[in-house]
Amino acid sequence: MSASAPAISVQRVARRFGRVTAVDDVSLDIGEGEFLAVVGASGSGKTTLLRLINRLIAPDNGRIVIHGEDIAASDAVALRRRIGMVFQSGALFPHMSVADNIGITPRLIGETRQEIATRIDEMMALVQLAPELRARLPHELSGGQRQRVGVARALAAGPRIVLMDEPFGALDPLTRDTLGEDYRALHARLGLVTVMVTHDITEALLLADRIAVMCEGRLVAIADPKRISQSGEPYVRDLLRAPRRQAERLAALLTQGTR
Amino acid sequence: MTGLLDPRWSEAFARLPDYLGAHVRVSLAALALGLAVSLPLALITRHRPAARGVLLGIASIAQTVPGLALLALFYPLLLALAALSARWFGVSFSAFGFLPAVLALALYAMLPVLRNTITGLQGIDPALIEAAKGVGMTERQSLALVEWPLALPVIMAGIRTAAVWVIGTATLSTPIGQTSLGNYIFAGLQTQNWVFVLFGCAAAALLALAVDGLLALIEHGLRHHRGRTRIALGAMGLAALIAASLAPSLARTPAHYVIGAKTFTEQYVLSELIAQRLNAAGLTATTREGLGSNVIFEALREGEIDAYVDYSGTLWANQFRHTDIRPRDELLAELSAMLARDNVALLGELGFANAYALVMPRARANALGIRSIADLAARAPDLSIAGDYEFFSRPEWTALQQAYGLRFGNQRQMQPDFMYAAVAAGEVDVIAGYTSDGLIAKYDLVVLDDPRTAIPPYDAVLLLSPRRAGDRAFREALRPLVGAIDIATMRDANLRAADGKTGSAADVARWLWDQIAAGRK
Repeated sequence: MSASAPAISVQRVARRFGRVTAVDDVSLDIGEGEFLAVVGASGSGKTTLLRLINRLIAPDNGRIVIHGEDIAASDAVALRRRIGMVFQSGALFPHMSVADNIGITPRLIGETRQEIATRIDEMMALVQLAPELRARLPHELSGGQRQRVGVARALAAGPRIVLMDEPFGALDPLTRDTLGEDYRALHARLGLVTVMVTHDITEALLLADRIAVMCEGRLVAIADPKRISQSGEPYVRDLLRAPRRQAERLAALLTQGTR
Repeated sequence: MTGLLDPRWSEAFARLPDYLGAHVRVSLAALALGLAVSLPLALITRHRPAARGVLLGIASIAQTVPGLALLALFYPLLLALAALSARWFGVSFSAFGFLPAVLALALYAMLPVLRNTITGLQGIDPALIEAAKGVGMTERQSLALVEWPLALPVIMAGIRTAAVWVIGTATLSTPIGQTSLGNYIFAGLQTQNWVFVLFGCAAAALLALAVDGLLALIEHGLRHHRGRTRIALGAMGLAALIAASLAPSLARTPAHYVIGAKTFTEQYVLSELIAQRLNAAGLTATTREGLGSNVIFEALREGEIDAYVDYSGTLWANQFRHTDIRPRDELLAELSAMLARDNVALLGELGFANAYALVMPRARANALGIRSIADLAARAPDLSIAGDYEFFSRPEWTALQQAYGLRFGNQRQMQPDFMYAAVAAGEVDVIAGYTSDGLIAKYDLVVLDDPRTAIPPYDAVLLLSPRRAGDRAFREALRPLVGAIDIATMRDANLRAADGKTGSAADVARWLWDQIAAGRK
């Protein structure tokens, strides 16, 4: 990380739901331009952490500072308009066309009709959606197209920060891989700060600059992919066991095949 | 019946603009009010489960009250409210007709709208609501842009259900003084005019289908992405319906005098007779038929109607709540005095009485040697009796039982129209009929004497509203009816009206006037 101030600083944050402590005293900094993956089993608190960052929920303890400002002191609605969010399996508004879905945040901000239309065209080009899809309804799209619309919607108001909640989880492996690569390229091109929640450590290792591993609400490791793959932390080793074995068997098979 | 050539069809059609217009007005006003109340309530309570439960509970209870009762209950309620408002604010309003009907029907419309709105809003995927928040919507924007449009098909289904219920139930607003398509049904049932009954039912059903269809059009338009044309078509249809319902009432010169009629044959004939006499005297008059007997007196006192025929015993027992029974002249004198306190004028008796009477087939009575109720009392334990829905809870029945020690083996309640045929066929031995009923002669029944005068007198009396009590032209036009109708003529007229073959109540009223005129010569 650079020495400059972090884009997002999570400081000793905790959040309970009834008796369950979903996020337990988590602190981490995310730098400008960084792509952070948050990995963990379901119930590890990774999605809660994501929702705390744009104030969809409020922390019980601790604070989150974005670009030097404590978000508890900012207006929640304005904050969410400044932060893009991509939801699990899209969560596109089913009664709105592709264009209306993409243009929703600019519309909420009060941009003119003309500005919004231009923005929609740009976004569709950016996420490689054919212009003739503009008037389609979400149910008329493929899973991959839907998720591209989800990404376009998150980016439409020009956010500096994008939060992604299992964005590619419901897609077939091939689409998932393509979309992941395409997004990674966008992230670099637009200089975004991306926080992506995923349960798939392989995806995290391949896409992210750094990986945060969560277990039962606690942050058990945070490091770049190389260090994570060499981590001595037992839970991280457990997480890596399956992909590592798969990779070895696959490598053996593929080398046999080429012979 | 002679098919479509039957003159009753053309008569039914002639009344359609009036009845349909009133029906549309009252139904759509009730629906609009129901929506205006339920939609905000549903929105306010959607995140408050306790309040929502209470609200749905109340609406469900209102729904279980039969339509007729709900409508009838609103009348005394509004009457009390009107009195309070007059006392406190000096502003009075009419508790008769439109207002109670709209309020009761609006209450009826609430449950489907509330339930569907709440269900529709609750049925939305929570992930979408979070997405709405996530893209930066305020709660209000989330409701307007996401939740409401997504719940709309379910909400519209509720509105359509409410519309159909309200239009159907509005036929029951006739007895509380609101003209509706129910006027056909109530009049038709009383005068055995099945053309009217059929016509009223069919018209109400067609109206319900038409409104449902227009709402369906709007619903489809709202649901589909580019449905502006459909929305416009549906809205235009509804607007046209409202305009058409207002047109006749605006174009028509309002009748000066309104004559009330209760919900039975004799009343239909007499109200027509009175209206015809007024029209003959150059006074414009119309009838307001099928008013409930609890409503009609208040309507007269409030000046909603100008005249109607009531019966001395009914006024005595029901209106003034006397339980004692007085001799005829004494009762009439006392009644006049009591009516005068309300500024209601008793113009005079028409000349016949329509009292409760114990009636049985002449042949059977002769065979058993029964002439009077006293004779009947000895045989009663082996016999059965039938009466209308209220007879056995009326003071007359208590008085009869006490005076003669009457104990019947079996007692049943029956629709008055079927009672006479039942006693003639021997299904029951005795019925509590009405002395002026034409069916007594038709089935050769005999009215048993009441030597101990346990049944109070029920002279038909002509009452005038406070507003018209001093109207000379009005009184003079009606004066010829006083003392002019004897019981035999009235029975004959009732029989003609009840069998539905001779013609409408208006035709019978003309025949009745001919008899009266002939008698005076």
